[in-house]
Amino acid sequence: MRFQGRKIGATLLGALMFGAGLAHANIPIDGQFGMQPAASERAQTITDFHTYLLVIITVITLFVTALLVWVIFRYNSRSNATPARFSHNTVLEVAWTTLPVMILIAIAVFSFPLLYASDVEPTSEKVASGESRELTADDWVTIKTYGHQWYWRYIYDTDSEEPVEFESRLIPEDDLANNPGSVRQLSVYQPMVVPQGKYVRLNIAAYDVIHSWAMPAFRVKVDAVPGRLNQLWFKAEQEGIYFGQCSELCGLDHAYMPIELRIVPQDVYDQWLTLLREDETEAFEYLEQAQPRTSLQQLASVQ
Amino acid sequence: MSTEPTIKYEAVADDHHGGGTGGPSIWNPARWLCSTNHKDIGLMYLVFAMFAGIIGFTLSGMMRFELMEPGLQYFTGEAGSWGDRHTYNVVTTMHGLIMIFFMVMPALIGGFGNYFVPIMIGAPDMAMPRMNNISFWLMPFSFALAVLSMFVPGHGSAHGFGGGWVLYPPLSSLIGHNGPSMDLLILSLHIAGISSILGAINFIVTILNMRAPGMTIHKMPLFAWALLITAFLLVLALPVLAGALTMLLTDRNFGSKFFDPAGGGDPIMFQHLFWFFGHPEVYIMILPGFGIISHIISTFSKKPVFGYLAMAYAMAAIGFIGFLVWAHHMYTVGMGVDLKAYFVAATMVIAVPTGVKIFSWIATMWGGSIEFKLPMLWAMAFVFLFTVGGVTGVVLANAGIDHVLHDTYYVVAHFHYVLSLGAVFTLFAGWYYWYEKMFGIKYNALFGHLHFWFMFVGTNLIFFPQHFLGLQGMPRRYVDYADGFAQWNYVSSIGYMITIVAMLFFFVGLILSMIARKKAEANPWGEYATTLEWTLSSPPPFHQFNELPVVKNEAGH
Repeated sequence: MRFQGRKIGATLLGALMFGAGLAHANIPIDGQFGMQPAASERAQTITDFHTYLLVIITVITLFVTALLVWVIFRYNSRSNATPARFSHNTVLEVAWTTLPVMILIAIAVFSFPLLYASDVEPTSEKVASGESRELTADDWVTIKTYGHQWYWRYIYDTDSEEPVEFESRLIPEDDLANNPGSVRQLSVYQPMVVPQGKYVRLNIAAYDVIHSWAMPAFRVKVDAVPGRLNQLWFKAEQEGIYFGQCSELCGLDHAYMPIELRIVPQDVYDQWLTLLREDETEAFEYLEQAQPRTSLQQLASVQ
Repeated sequence: MSTEPTIKYEAVADDHHGGGTGGPSIWNPARWLCSTNHKDIGLMYLVFAMFAGIIGFTLSGMMRFELMEPGLQYFTGEAGSWGDRHTYNVVTTMHGLIMIFFMVMPALIGGFGNYFVPIMIGAPDMAMPRMNNISFWLMPFSFALAVLSMFVPGHGSAHGFGGGWVLYPPLSSLIGHNGPSMDLLILSLHIAGISSILGAINFIVTILNMRAPGMTIHKMPLFAWALLITAFLLVLALPVLAGALTMLLTDRNFGSKFFDPAGGGDPIMFQHLFWFFGHPEVYIMILPGFGIISHIISTFSKKPVFGYLAMAYAMAAIGFIGFLVWAHHMYTVGMGVDLKAYFVAATMVIAVPTGVKIFSWIATMWGGSIEFKLPMLWAMAFVFLFTVGGVTGVVLANAGIDHVLHDTYYVVAHFHYVLSLGAVFTLFAGWYYWYEKMFGIKYNALFGHLHFWFMFVGTNLIFFPQHFLGLQGMPRRYVDYADGFAQWNYVSSIGYMITIVAMLFFFVGLILSMIARKKAEANPWGEYATTLEWTLSSPPPFHQFNELPVVKNEAGH
C-alpha cells in the first residue's frame, strides 16, 4: 500500500504529462513552482496579479538580502574597525515609510478591482465584436452544493418543481483500477457536471460541520457553513476535467472528499440531466461515454 | 547624518554585586514551588517551554514523516501504527496549540520577559511577585490538561481533539467532537489564558511604575517596550478568546446555541471572536522577539539602535493595527465584498511599520563594526527570514489572491516563516545572547554554530517548498495528498530531518557547556551591550538593585 499509491500516481502523471503531447492538465503536477493553469479569463487575471505581486515581493526580498550582504562584507569588524555613531537620518526614515506606502498603493490599484470583479457576479460580458452584452438568466446554471462528512452533494434545477440531486464521493484506492483514468485522491464516482459556455453559480451550505469548496484552476473557494448560504461563480469556458479538494478541516476524512468538475458540451449536459432524473447510474455511465476519464489529457485546459 | 545623545544605563554598585546567585539552595523545592523571584520564575518558564517544545517538535515530526510520501504510512489505523486519520488531525491540532501557548509564549514572555524586563528597567523584581508565581504554576496544569486531552475520547471512541488549533465549531461542538477531550482543551486554554493575563498585568504595572530614576518611558530599552506592548495585547485579546471558549463550553454542556444555527446561533461568530484574539496573538508571539533582535543587532554592530523612537512606536502601531485586521483570516467564509475590501486595506497597512523595523535594523548594522558572534547570526538570519515571511503576508492580504491560497500550504509556509523561522529564531538569538548572563557559564560555541547552520538550512528546506505546494493547490491539514504533491513534500520532510540534527546539536551543546562550566563574564559582549543586565554579575545576584540604578543622558561619543 505504501508504494502502490505512488506508483499508480506516477504512471498517471506520466500519461498526463506526455500523453497526447500536452504539457499541463488541471491537476496538481509534481515539481511545479506556480499555480495550476488558469481555466478561465477571470482565473487568468488572478494568475497575472499573482505574478505581478511575485515580482514585487521578489525585488523587495532581494533588495533586503543585498543590503544584508553588503553590511556583512563592508561593515564587519575587520573591514570597519571603528563603528559610526549615527542613529538618525530623517530623509531615509521618511523614504522607507513613504516608499512602502507607494508600493502598497501600486498593489491596491489592481487588488481592489480584481477583488470586486471576481467576487461580484457579472451582469454583462464582452462579446467578440468588443461590445458588451447583458447576461440573462439563460446564461447561468445554478447548482446547490452541500458539504457533508465526508462527501459533497449537488442539487440541480433548484428553481424547478423537481430538483434532482446526487452524492459525489471519492473513488477509494482499491477501486481505482475499475475506473480507468481515475486519479488517486482526486477522482469521484459522480462528479459535478456543468455545460460549457455557461456561467455557473454555486449556492453552498453544509449539513454538519464547515467544509470548503475549492477549485484551484478557476481560483475560487468558498466555505460551506451550516446555517449559511454562500455563493461563488465562475465561467465554464473550456471543456475538461478539473479537480479541487475540501479546504476546511472537517474531521476524520477531510483529505478524502475531493471535488471533480466536468465541463461538457451543452447537448451532453442536457442529455445527462435528463438521464439523471430517471437513473443516476445511467446518467454517469452516459457521462463516462461522452467524456471518459481517460480523455483527461485531451480535454483538460492547456495553456 | 545627525548624532544624538545616547542613553547610558549605569548601575550603582550594590551589596550583592559579583556575589554569585545567592538565595536558597537550588535543590530546595520550596525555592521553585514558592518562588517569588522573577529570575527563578523566568528560568522555570524557559525549562517548561523547552519541555513543551520537545513535544511540539515531535508532533511536527510525526506529520512530516507521514507526509514524506503519498498514501498512508504511519497513520494507517492498524494495530501498532501511530493511530488513524483522526489521530493525524489531533497531532496537527496539538502541534499548533502546544507551540503557541506552551512553547513560544512561555519562552519569550514568561522566560526572557520575566528574567530581563525588571533588570533592564532597573527594578528589583516584578511589581507583584506572588502573582508572578501563580502565573507560572498555572502553566504546567494547563499543559497537563492539554496533553491529557489527547488520551481521552474526542469523538466517539477516537481519542483526542482533531479540529485544528482554531477550534472552529461545529467541528468543536458536540456534532464534531462529542467526547470530553474538547472540554479538557477548553479548560486548558482557559487556564493558560488566566496565566497570561495575570502575567501581562504584572508586566504593565511593573513597567509603568518601577522604572529606575531617570528612565523615562522614552529611554526604556526596546525589549521592555516590546513586553509592554505585548502585555497590552494580551490583556485586550485573551478575554475575547476566553469569552468565545466559554460560549463553546456552554454550547457543548449546557444546551446554549451561540454557535448552532439550529438555535439561531452562527458558527462564523466564533471565528470572528477567535480571530479577534488570534490575530493580536501572532503579534504577541513576535513583538518580544523584535525587542531582542534590536538589542542583539545594536550590541554586535557596536552602534546604538537606529531610530529608537520609530522602533518603539512601530511596535505600538503594529500592535494597534493588529486589532483591526482579524477577518483577513476569514476571506472565504462568505463575507460581503466591501467588508473584505476593508480588511485588505487595513491588513496591507501593517507592512509599513514592519518595513520601518526591517530597514531600521539594517540601518543599525550600517556603518557598524559587526562581530558575527552566535546571537548575531540568529538575529541577521531572522531579519532575512522575517522579510520572506512578511512579503508572502502582503500577497495573502489581497483577498482576490487569498481566495486561491486560503487554507493551502502557502499559508502554512507563510506563518511558519514568521513564527517557526521568525519567532523561534528570535528565541534562540535571545537564548545565546543571555545564556552566560542567566546560567553563569559560557555556551558551547562550536555546537551553537552547528545548531544555527543546520537549523537555518533545515527549516528553510521544510518551509520554502511549501509555497509551491500551496500555489499548486495542496490544502492544509491533509493526512494524504494527491500524487502531484509528492516531490515537494519529500523535500520538505528531508528538511525536517536536518532540523532534527540541529536540535540534537542544541541539546548536546547544552550538555557539553554544563560539563565544561566555563566561568561566565559579567559582560562578555563589550561596551556596546548597554542595557542594565550587563552591569550585574553573571548570573545576577538573587536580589539585584538594592540601591536603584540611575539613568543618565550622555552626549554622544
